[in-house]
Amino acid sequence: MVSKRIIPCLDVKEGRTVKGVNFEGLTDIGDPVELGTYYASQGADELVYLDITASREGRSTFLDLVRRVADRVDIPFTVGGGISSLAEAEALLMAGADKISVNSAAVRRPELITEIASRYGSQFVVVAIDARSTPDGSWRVTTHGGSRLTDRELFAWASEAADRGAGEILFTSMDHDGTRSGYPCPLFARLCSQLPVPVIASGGAGSIDDIARVLSEGRADAALAASIFHYNEIPIPVLKRALAERGIYVRR
Amino acid sequence: MIAVIDYSTGNLHSVGNALSRLGAEWTLTADPAAIHAASHVILPGVGHAGEAIARLRERGLDSVIRDLRHPVLGICVGMQALCRHTAEGDAEGLGIFDARVRRFEPRSEADKVPVMGWAPIANLESKLFTGISGGEFVYFVHSYYAHLCPDTIATSRFGTEGMMYSAALKYENFYATQFHPEKSGDVGSRILANFLNL
Repeated sequence: MVSKRIIPCLDVKEGRTVKGVNFEGLTDIGDPVELGTYYASQGADELVYLDITASREGRSTFLDLVRRVADRVDIPFTVGGGISSLAEAEALLMAGADKISVNSAAVRRPELITEIASRYGSQFVVVAIDARSTPDGSWRVTTHGGSRLTDRELFAWASEAADRGAGEILFTSMDHDGTRSGYPCPLFARLCSQLPVPVIASGGAGSIDDIARVLSEGRADAALAASIFHYNEIPIPVLKRALAERGIYVRR
Repeated sequence: MIAVIDYSTGNLHSVGNALSRLGAEWTLTADPAAIHAASHVILPGVGHAGEAIARLRERGLDSVIRDLRHPVLGICVGMQALCRHTAEGDAEGLGIFDARVRRFEPRSEADKVPVMGWAPIANLESKLFTGISGGEFVYFVHSYYAHLCPDTIATSRFGTEGMMYSAALKYENFYATQFHPEKSGDVGSRILANFLNL
């Protein structure tokens, strides 16, 4: 049986990591390759590189970066950020990405999931979903970093994404993202029991207990986080030891 | 020189990158002469196994591979292509390994397909695993599996019921792993290095 995965997420702007403080032994914290190899050596199970560059020039910088990551990092990595066509996904695959994640573009045009998955396989396609709760109690999908509310209902969209060939669903609750107050575990448990594919929990982790809960009560297959790793608040070896002590199956 | 067989399937560069990290010389090729001339041959593969087998046949690579007498390593779909048959696309494979490839059947809500992540390998019976202990983790991404057979040289388990299947196979000079050594950190590097030492 596969173990629960711990996935640091690195935001990249113009080829440089955005967040991050000093880690001992790292000379250039802004170098996404160096930070990625560091996390891999610490026991990260996968990495996610999110391109937050808006400009076209930034795109080719990111492709170069993906090539450098593929050269150096010996664990799987996903790349995402603004991918809206099969051609863009293909360029990232050729640069060495193991998976790509699509978000807003897939909401706008769900066929994008089908196109990429049928050409390169489900294992290559992660569908990222950002959703928030509405006053009527339903969860609705948002796009553009949570700024636009759509008509799509979370569970319907997640199922459609899996049916269309998503190999994994990366779910972020915009109600919890950035709050460091923990994940909505009952919501995750419902999502995970409904979907046949693995679910990665993102957004809201503030403590080891939060991550332990979403991987147990929340039934998530993996937990993704950014700041708690970048600021070295919870080093990955410490997190994994603590999860193992709580009876959660992790690779150590 | 190591030949990585190029048959237009997914991410072929990962294997090459891993070989480069080991300091090995490699070439991506579909040329039978180059494949025969290589010291070691790697058949990578991601995506649809039935289509992968069809592409090997179109290029005449099925008979080239069968004739090889030096060490060959199939990875993931590359391994499945070397089996007798795969349910993915209901395709006859190259028949090197005496195994059939079937789709995982989830027994509970917690059993996810595709299997994606790190799992331990056990019952290691090959020089491919020199220096590797049973219980070490490697990275798997797959929806189909080869059952246990006389060619099995490593096992892993699926799902909450822990069904055992072949994590690696060997027949004469042919080796194959269901997992991705090129993405399995230090353990994977060691396995690739062991292959290069065969």
